Amino acid sequence: MFEYAVGSALSIASILLVVIVIAAMLIWVERRLLGFWQERLGPNRLGWFGILQVVADMIKIFTKEDWVPPFADRLSFVIAPAIIMVVVLMSFAVIPFAPNIGVIDSNIGVLFVLAMASLGAYSVMLGGLSSNNKYALLGSLRAAAQMVSYEVFMGISLLGVVVLAGSFNLREIVESQADGWYIVPQCVGFLIFLIAGVAESHRLPFDIPEAEQEICAGYHTEYSGMKFGMFFVGEYLGLVLISSLITVLFFGGWLGPALLPPIVWFALKAGFFIAFFILMRAALPRPRYDQLMSYGWLFLLPLSLVNLLATGAVVLAAQ
Amino acid sequence: MFSLIRDTLLSQAVTLWRVFRKLFVKADTVQYPDEQPYMFPRWRGRIILSRDPDGEERCVACNLCAVACPVDCIALQKAETEDGRWYPEFFRINFSRCIMCGFCEEACPTNAIQLTPDFEMAEYVRQDMVWEKEDLLIDGTGKYHDYNFYRVAGKQVAGKDKGEALNEAEPVNVRSLLP
Repeated sequence: MFEYAVGSALSIASILLVVIVIAAMLIWVERRLLGFWQERLGPNRLGWFGILQVVADMIKIFTKEDWVPPFADRLSFVIAPAIIMVVVLMSFAVIPFAPNIGVIDSNIGVLFVLAMASLGAYSVMLGGLSSNNKYALLGSLRAAAQMVSYEVFMGISLLGVVVLAGSFNLREIVESQADGWYIVPQCVGFLIFLIAGVAESHRLPFDIPEAEQEICAGYHTEYSGMKFGMFFVGEYLGLVLISSLITVLFFGGWLGPALLPPIVWFALKAGFFIAFFILMRAALPRPRYDQLMSYGWLFLLPLSLVNLLATGAVVLAAQ
Repeated sequence: MFSLIRDTLLSQAVTLWRVFRKLFVKADTVQYPDEQPYMFPRWRGRIILSRDPDGEERCVACNLCAVACPVDCIALQKAETEDGRWYPEFFRINFSRCIMCGFCEEACPTNAIQLTPDFEMAEYVRQDMVWEKEDLLIDGTGKYHDYNFYRVAGKQVAGKDKGEALNEAEPVNVRSLLP
């Protein structure tokens, strides 16, 4: 029970702890990296290189007044931020971090992650609707449309990998990449998944549901204190999840030269993509809402279908 | 189709690369309390009252600075010494109102009031931001080292009669018709 094996208590506890701590640390990492990319320094005064900024932020957010507006629908207002945390943490259950680290070895891993991502849409929808605020409503409208439409080809772009690996099990997908990462045969699928992943976690180029300049903070306009903090950490958890998924599906998960332990390879690859997501936030402007929708339905959806058909044809021809 | 890919993907990739290169550029930040920024000599900061090369107050209490001040933060009262020199009896600047515009320095006919590069003037008590003449007066000449108003001006004071100032012509003799 207390050794590192898939599903052991130690494994589960350490995954839960490490994932949440990393999500919280990302608040600092993101501010620091954004600073460097904007020729600033970012928070660097508290602790070593400012690393205790996270603690200061936590103290601040925990001691803030946790206020529910009187015009809000109380029950769903309280539930909404919990949903996103729970749903994203549930998704981590099927992620294979290393050969001996993981929560569950599920043979429907890919489907489970997609299902949880769809449930995540309820969080932003409920949050926006229950706030009883026009900006929040606009934000949740946009969030619902964006998540539903990008989910479609997020799933389809993954199917190329599933066809190549012949399994929905994320662990088997990683093991089948021992001969070569799927980024090479599935580079189109990777690009589509990357774009859909950004839209799914509503990170900056596609943060249309919470676009500060247009609609205050979108669906979490009325949230304060730790409820806002849960949306915030939930977003970073989603970022870690998408990076882990990209690592697992396209970049061989824990696989790598034997000079480093598998979990380190996984962390390095996932960290690279987290940094890349932050770079996208630093560099790219936000598209308009209708541009996002037409780009998704008219360009990415056909492209992902063609990619799936081509992959299937090649696999059939090779048999 | 090709132009769509070029415009959407390639331009984004170029942007990403250019922003990424900023990682290796030195930050513009000056970490202020630890590092002091370079202050330009003509910076418009804390206001001082300077003295002339003889060590006397330059201010002649003409009130031009108080008139020029757009926020009315300067208050002063004229007084006169026995040898005929004007000076301010009190000279008060309310720095909680001052906007450091420098109009007072431009208005001053005697180079008395000057702005300096010092800007660290925060106080905890608002009343502490009102500076009196003793606080404003410095011992030196500020930015103009040679200027002495009573040496160059036609104003008559003890020890210097009409026409004795630097570059000043003799007073016109109204009783003579000669040019």
